Amino acid sequence: MLADYLTPATIRLRVGADGWPAALQQAGNLLVGAGACTPGYVAAMVEAVETLGPYIVLAPGLAFAHARPEAGALRLGASLVTLDPPVWFGAAENDPVAVVVAFCTCDDQGHIELLAELAHLLGDAQRHTRIRAAEDADEVLAVVRRAGQG
Amino acid sequence: MHQLRIMVVCGFGLGTSMILKLKLDSVLRASGLQATTFCADMTTGPGSAYDLVVTSHDLLPRFQQDHRPAIAIRNFLSEAEISEKGLPVIRQLLQVER
Repeated sequence: MLADYLTPATIRLRVGADGWPAALQQAGNLLVGAGACTPGYVAAMVEAVETLGPYIVLAPGLAFAHARPEAGALRLGASLVTLDPPVWFGAAENDPVAVVVAFCTCDDQGHIELLAELAHLLGDAQRHTRIRAAEDADEVLAVVRRAGQG
Repeated sequence: MHQLRIMVVCGFGLGTSMILKLKLDSVLRASGLQATTFCADMTTGPGSAYDLVVTSHDLLPRFQQDHRPAIAIRNFLSEAEISEKGLPVIRQLLQVER
């Protein structure tokens, strides 16, 4: 299922971002490009961190960006951006961030399987390292495929 | 019999708490322990009925004034960390239930 959403169109690697808002926008714009959400949703993702702090940095080096569906989700979607150099989000223990996953969904239930697959994909240290080091989307997709078999 | 209620709280919306809940459910299954887990954010969480809250370091202080146990997880994807920090507390709470 994850391979339906993480495609060469929704993966960008070794991106240079000037600060965390730009990093989130890079990931969010991939969702817009895929027709998964509106630019308003991307703005809401940035605003959420502005208001609440970097709660989205939920593991060392990893940010999981999302906003409420009402902010402009059009359908289920996911994107992945790796940052080079890593970016500081102000998340004491888990900074700096090298992988940003952006996510959107229209309903509360349909996305659980996708979230579980993302958690499974990125929860493995080796897979996380491979994704961070990847130079092209095919490398990432190979990791996604192997994770789906495991 | 009252089943243990574990509330998983993150700052906003349900995406991040859902991930933590999925990992916590996996840890509970692996250890054969029974509990009800549910997600909340800071608007719905405080005031809910729960026996244990699992949250991030940022939010932990908000729950520490309460008499109920609260634990903070640094890495929401780490079943090892969730097991290490959560299982002793959960086992103890389950013993008290009996």
